[in-house]
Amino acid sequence: MSLFRRRAEKEFDPTQPLVATGNLSRRHFVSRVIQFLAIAAAVAAVAVLVIVIWAVVSHGAKAISWTFITTGYPTGVGPYLVGTFEIVAIATLIAMPIGVLIALFLTEYAGRRWTRPVQLVLDVMNGLPSILIAVFIYILIVAPTKKQSGIAAAIALAIIEVPLIARGTQEVLNLVPSHQREAADALGVARWRSILTIILPAAVGGIVTATLLSVARAAGETAPVLLIDSLAKGDSIQLNPFGQIPNVPVRIFQLSEEANPEGFTEAWGLSLILIAIILALGLSSRALLNRSKRKMSR
Amino acid sequence: MSIDDQTFDAQPSTNGRPLAPGRVRIRTEPLPGVIGAPAATESATESHVHVAPESVFEADGVGIFYGKKQALIDVSMRVRRGQVTALIGPSGCGKTTFLRSLNRMNDSVSGFRIEGQIRYHGHDIYGTGVDTVEVRRRIGMVFQKPNPFPKSIFDNIAWAPRNLGMRSGLKERVEKALRGAALWDEVKDRLKDSAMGLSGGQQQRLCIARAIAIEPDVLLLDEPASALDPIATGAIEDLIHSLKGRFTIVIVTHNMQQAARVADRTAFFSLETRGEKPIGTLIEFDETEKIFGAPRDPRTRDYVTGRFG
Amino acid sequence: MSATPPAGSASLKLARSNRQSPARKRADRFGDLALFLICAAAALLALLVIVLIAKEVIEGAQPAISKFGLDFITSSEWAPPLEKFGGEGVIVGTLITSAMALLIGAPVAISIGIFLALLAPTSVRNVVSPLVEMLAAIPSVILGFWGLIILGPVLVSTIEPFLHDTFGFIPLFGPPQTTGNSVFNAGLILTIMVIPIIASVSRDLFMAVPRELQDGAAALGSTRWEVIRGVVLPTTLSGMTAACLLGLGRALGEAIAVAQVIGGSTESHLSLFEPGGTMASLIALQFPSAVSKMHTASLYYLAALLLVIGVTSNLLASWIGSRFGNAAGVTR
Repeated sequence: MSLFRRRAEKEFDPTQPLVATGNLSRRHFVSRVIQFLAIAAAVAAVAVLVIVIWAVVSHGAKAISWTFITTGYPTGVGPYLVGTFEIVAIATLIAMPIGVLIALFLTEYAGRRWTRPVQLVLDVMNGLPSILIAVFIYILIVAPTKKQSGIAAAIALAIIEVPLIARGTQEVLNLVPSHQREAADALGVARWRSILTIILPAAVGGIVTATLLSVARAAGETAPVLLIDSLAKGDSIQLNPFGQIPNVPVRIFQLSEEANPEGFTEAWGLSLILIAIILALGLSSRALLNRSKRKMSR
Repeated sequence: MSIDDQTFDAQPSTNGRPLAPGRVRIRTEPLPGVIGAPAATESATESHVHVAPESVFEADGVGIFYGKKQALIDVSMRVRRGQVTALIGPSGCGKTTFLRSLNRMNDSVSGFRIEGQIRYHGHDIYGTGVDTVEVRRRIGMVFQKPNPFPKSIFDNIAWAPRNLGMRSGLKERVEKALRGAALWDEVKDRLKDSAMGLSGGQQQRLCIARAIAIEPDVLLLDEPASALDPIATGAIEDLIHSLKGRFTIVIVTHNMQQAARVADRTAFFSLETRGEKPIGTLIEFDETEKIFGAPRDPRTRDYVTGRFG
Repeated sequence: MSATPPAGSASLKLARSNRQSPARKRADRFGDLALFLICAAAALLALLVIVLIAKEVIEGAQPAISKFGLDFITSSEWAPPLEKFGGEGVIVGTLITSAMALLIGAPVAISIGIFLALLAPTSVRNVVSPLVEMLAAIPSVILGFWGLIILGPVLVSTIEPFLHDTFGFIPLFGPPQTTGNSVFNAGLILTIMVIPIIASVSRDLFMAVPRELQDGAAALGSTRWEVIRGVVLPTTLSGMTAACLLGLGRALGEAIAVAQVIGGSTESHLSLFEPGGTMASLIALQFPSAVSKMHTASLYYLAALLLVIGVTSNLLASWIGSRFGNAAGVTR
């Protein structure tokens, strides 16, 4: 080691060829090993994704048929799909306006003083375990009415969606060029008119993106529906939001708790449908985001 | 070629000296043993013999592209050992681009491509088998904006020597570097403080100290004083004077007085319209007094007398 | 400016139609106030929800809190028929699974961040980044189901025997069990969930490290790794801590996937290969079928503890994040 040091410390000869001298070969080796590990980590993550998706696709494909999608229990899962669609739709209808309004408050009104506390509230809300939101809605709605219901589950999902929509919308609103705001202000246009007719329309792409992402998240959330809306039978389509609505995540969870091979097949099929929908939502939101970002940065 | 030509280091690019076939090489190509081309591996020993010993850099027909855009065309010049060489010219003329290509800092820029050849002590800097880390270890660089690391003053300077294995006598090395950068007296009592707390001028001198701590062969300075006030600028210029001789220095500056004050030789770059788009190129390269006193090229004269934008 | 014409013309039209009649003015004043109030109300609603969640959960837990007090945390007996409830088993289970997720997940995720932000060519980054985010989008119930059906058997047949044979002297790697439902399985599933969260945050952090700073390090003759270790990691340290806390919050609170693979026990064992339980998963498993008021209240007690831990880690992450923001301001 001491020999190594002495050699490294010696004045190098600048006229020598430009190849590694001193301890550089060893340092390159360390660097390459670590770069290799970083690549390996990324490969591992992608491999896990591929393995999981492959398991879902290969097992799920066996289950899926026209009857599987269109009929109810015990031959198919139609009512669960319709139910999840309905619950998530109601949740999004509740969450979207609230999320957008919070984003507007943050970008247009909050000012320096209120931005941080409101953002903190959103962060905490976003970080709350969904099981806690489920417990909360159970205490607030299910326990007093002594009845599980789709609408209660939708409200719980809305609480999960609001911070996602608010954050996404806020990011796009911040991208709206300030000269557009200033132009409206300079012309003496009332604030609310410019917000509703100029700023919001410019951010529509981003709002839709954030909403799609939050829908993807809500569709797979299981804890809220498990506590709030888990007792419905899947033999027929139920649409009354004040009653129990069969839904996909609870069904997968219940099937996974039973040691029944046929049930597992059904669960794989449901998983495949759910994952396909979620990934499609994710991909389309990404495409949309890229498009609207391009449009705004033009 | 102009290798032994001491007086005309820069070929006026307009007189269309054709490049020798095979001279123009694109870096990404694997180096073939082309006939007539001084391959890097061979030139390592071969060209060394018939090159004047005081040349540190020899640029030969250098052109630089970023993607499809050409930023620099046909630059041929040589930088002499132990001297301060200034690169001046209007903004966008490619002088910084050229400087950054001397120690391969442009490699990370996407779409970067170089043609022609830059030799460092006779070795092709863009040749195959060249270790970029080794290149930068020998050819240090200080940037336009002071960029101290978010570490203590001591660690800023000790960081690179530690990497290089120069662990013994580290304190002395740091002190020597700080003294060399004329910063020691100002910071000797707060070496453990964050470097971010220094003033802009001090930060820049810290960056110079950081660069000289590993005792490189060459220092490239990219407008080192452009972000500083006149007093700090004066300090940097004094520093360059004191470093002269110990290091070969190439400095880019947009400030002509600065070039006149610090440089032994000065290269004037400008934009020339080739085809439809203006491209940066080397117009004239000579002793500093000649560039500012008796430039041969009218464009140089216009620029140094202030007739140029 | 090319983006202005539509907006500009819209505001022009507005301005023209805005020929300040008094009625119009009054309407505008009302409109401004109304929009502000609605937006502020929405923000307030969010705050209200957080406060209400805390209030309701703690109130629900009141019977258990007054009966068991802090002994709840240290007592390990969870016996609903006997009306005995102690959370030690699941609290320990929560800590072990989360620690495992973070210990494995954080280094891997930060490596992925390094790869995506600093090593990968843009074309590779543009493919791998969305894939990593896709991993985060897989619903926990599906990941848990996969862990139950696919991962569990693999663990039992190969990985657990291997670990036991190699590291059996460490009590954590006890003899393999007959079922793959174990603390180990839950920890791995949580690792998979935590990785994309930390990876995408650290990728963004690394990409925000100023180019000049990295160039400065590279110009001193440093290798790729030396630049990363010397400049990139230290400048993003607090941001990465915040990212890890976010991941920790996720791991602590995950109920469903853990409930599917952990085996639903309420005791803690030294061996990772034994079944166990976590606070969140116990709530998910027992809440729908709670046998008594005290049982429900004890589950609320767990929820309240989870809330405290979750909110604390979130606030901590956000506090560190904001401090990092300031530090980055100095660094430029």
